[in-house]
Amino acid sequence: MTAVLDAPPTVVNRPPSTRKARRENRLVWIARHSIAIALAIMFLTPVVYLVLISLMTSNQALTSDYWPNSWHPENYVRVFQVTPLPRYLLNTLLYAVTATALMLLSSVPAAYALAKLRFRGRNALFLVIICVMMLPPQVVTVPLYLMWARYGLTGSLWPLVVPMLFGDAFAIFLLRQFLLTIPQEYLDAAKVDGCGEWGTLIRVVLPMARPGIAAAGLFQFFYCWNDYYGPLLYTSENEQAWTLSLGLASFHSVHHVDWNLVIAATVLTMAPIVVVFFFAQRAFVQGVTLTGVKG
Amino acid sequence: MSAKPLAIRARQHATTLSFLAPALIGIVVFFGYPLVSAVYFSFTRFDLLSAPQWVGLANYRRLADDPFLLQSVRNTLWMVAVFVPVRIVSAIGLAVLLTQLKRGAGFFRTIFFLPALAPPVAATIAFVYLLKPGTGPVDTMLAHLGIDGPLWFNSPEWAKPSLVLLGLWGIGDLMVIFLAGVLGVPTSLYEAAALDGANAWHRFRYVTIPTIRPVILFAAVTGVIYTLQYFDQAAVAGSIASGQATTGGGISQSFGFPEGSTFTYPLWLYTVGFRYHALGYANALAVALFLVAFAVTVILLRRAKAFSGEES
Repeated sequence: MTAVLDAPPTVVNRPPSTRKARRENRLVWIARHSIAIALAIMFLTPVVYLVLISLMTSNQALTSDYWPNSWHPENYVRVFQVTPLPRYLLNTLLYAVTATALMLLSSVPAAYALAKLRFRGRNALFLVIICVMMLPPQVVTVPLYLMWARYGLTGSLWPLVVPMLFGDAFAIFLLRQFLLTIPQEYLDAAKVDGCGEWGTLIRVVLPMARPGIAAAGLFQFFYCWNDYYGPLLYTSENEQAWTLSLGLASFHSVHHVDWNLVIAATVLTMAPIVVVFFFAQRAFVQGVTLTGVKG
Repeated sequence: MSAKPLAIRARQHATTLSFLAPALIGIVVFFGYPLVSAVYFSFTRFDLLSAPQWVGLANYRRLADDPFLLQSVRNTLWMVAVFVPVRIVSAIGLAVLLTQLKRGAGFFRTIFFLPALAPPVAATIAFVYLLKPGTGPVDTMLAHLGIDGPLWFNSPEWAKPSLVLLGLWGIGDLMVIFLAGVLGVPTSLYEAAALDGANAWHRFRYVTIPTIRPVILFAAVTGVIYTLQYFDQAAVAGSIASGQATTGGGISQSFGFPEGSTFTYPLWLYTVGFRYHALGYANALAVALFLVAFAVTVILLRRAKAFSGEES
C-alpha cells in the first residue's frame, strides 16, 4: 500500500487546471469523448451486425440489408441440428480445461523456482524459456507431428494436451513476473515456522498468487479455446476430435449458402468468451499489462 | 552458501530440481528435441513413407529458386512492414485517448479490448462477411456515400489490407500494454515541458514517446514474431472468401486466395509439409524461420532488458 502512496504523480492525477482554461477545456472534453464514442461504435458495430444477420432468413442474409425483415431466433437451434456443435463444444472444453489444469500444475512450481529459489543457471534457464516463448510454433511442427504419429496419437487431442503436463513457457514467464512481486519476508517467515519449500509454495505463495494464477489460467484457457493451428494439425483427419474453431472453419464450406447459420455459429463461438471476460475482466487486463504478450 | 554441509546442499538441489523437473523435461522433449530433429531433417529427403535420406544442402539450395517461397516471403514482409507499425501507432493512439478521458475510461477500455478475445476463426468469418464485395454491409455503407467499395478479401490488392483491418479490430491487448506505459510517464516531465512552452503535440512527441520507447520496441519485436507465425486468419480468410470446399485437411487448397495475395510463410511451410509431404524441405523452411525469429528475439533481449526482470 505504501508503495502506491509514495508513487510519483502520473498522468492520472495531474494537478487541477486554472479557471481560465476551463471553457477551452470543455470543448476539448467534448471533442475527446466524441472521438471515443465514434471509435467505440466502430469496435461494436461488427458484433451488432453479426447478431442481426444471425437472426435473418438465409435469403435475406445474402442481400445487403442490415435489419431483419422477420426475426428467426430458431437459427440458433438449427445450428445445433445441422452440425455436431455439442461435440465440437465438448472437445473444445475438454482441450481447454485439461490443458489449463495441467499447465498450472507444472508451471507454477517452475515459476516459483525461477522467481524465489537461488540456484546456478537460473538466469540462463529463464533466457531459454523466453526464447521458447518467442519462437514461432511452426519451427518445430514437423518433428513434433512425426513424434505423435509414431505413437499413433494423431487424430486426437492428446498431442495438444499432454505437453501441458510439462509446463508452458509463456505461463512460466507470466507467473514468474507475478511471483517476483511477493515480498521475500513472507517466505522467510514461513521457513522460520518450519515450512519446507513445497510447504511454503502451497500454504503461503499459492493463496497470495491467486490473481497471477488466475491470469495465467485464463490466458491458457482462451488460447486453447481460440486455437486453430493445433487442432488443424492434429485432428483434421478425424472429425470426432474437432474443436469449435475447426468445426466453424469447415462449417462454412458445408453450408456455404446459409450465411445466417454460419454467422449464428460464429456468434455462439464468441459468446462464452464475452461472458467469461465480463466476470474476469480485472485478471485479464492485469495479465496483459503484466506480460506485454497475449497468449 | 559454501559453508553449509554437503548433505543440506544436496537436499536443496533436489528440492529445486523437483520444482523444475516438469518444465525442464518439457523444454527438452517439446522444444530441444524437435529443434535438433528439424535441423537434421532439413538435410534429408523425407516423405513419411521411406526413411530420411541424407541430401546435404540440397533443400537449402532449393530455397533460392522457389517461386512460392518468394511470394510467401514477399507477403510476410508486407505484413511486417504495414501491419506491425499500423498496429503500434493505432494502439498508442487509443491508449493516449483513454488517458485523456476523465469519465468513462474504464467503459471505453472494455469496449476496445473485447474484440482482442474473439476467436480468430470467428473474427475472420465475421470480417469476410462484413467486407463482402458489393452486398456486404461495409460496401453498402460506402455506396450510400457514393463510393464504389473495393472487393476486399476477393481482390489481390485489398486482401492484405483487409487482414490489417481485421487485426486492428483486435488491437485491445496491445492498447492495454501501451496504456500502462503512458500512465507511467511522470507528470513532472510534462510540467517541465509545459514551462518550456511545449504544446500538446510537442509534449506527446518529446515526452511521451521517448519515455515509452522500451514499450514500443517490445511491441515491435513481438509484433514481428507474431507476424512471422501469421496463419489462422490468412488460412480462414482465403478459404471462406474463395468459397471452395475446405473441410479439414483439404483447407490448404484455398491458401493464398486470391492470386496468392494472402499466402504467408507459415502457409507455405504447412503446405510443403502436410500437403506435399516434402518434410525435408519443410524443415529447411522451418530452420530458416527459426534463424529469423531467433535474431529478432536476441534484439529484444539485448535492447529491452527491462522486460526480462532482473537480467540487467
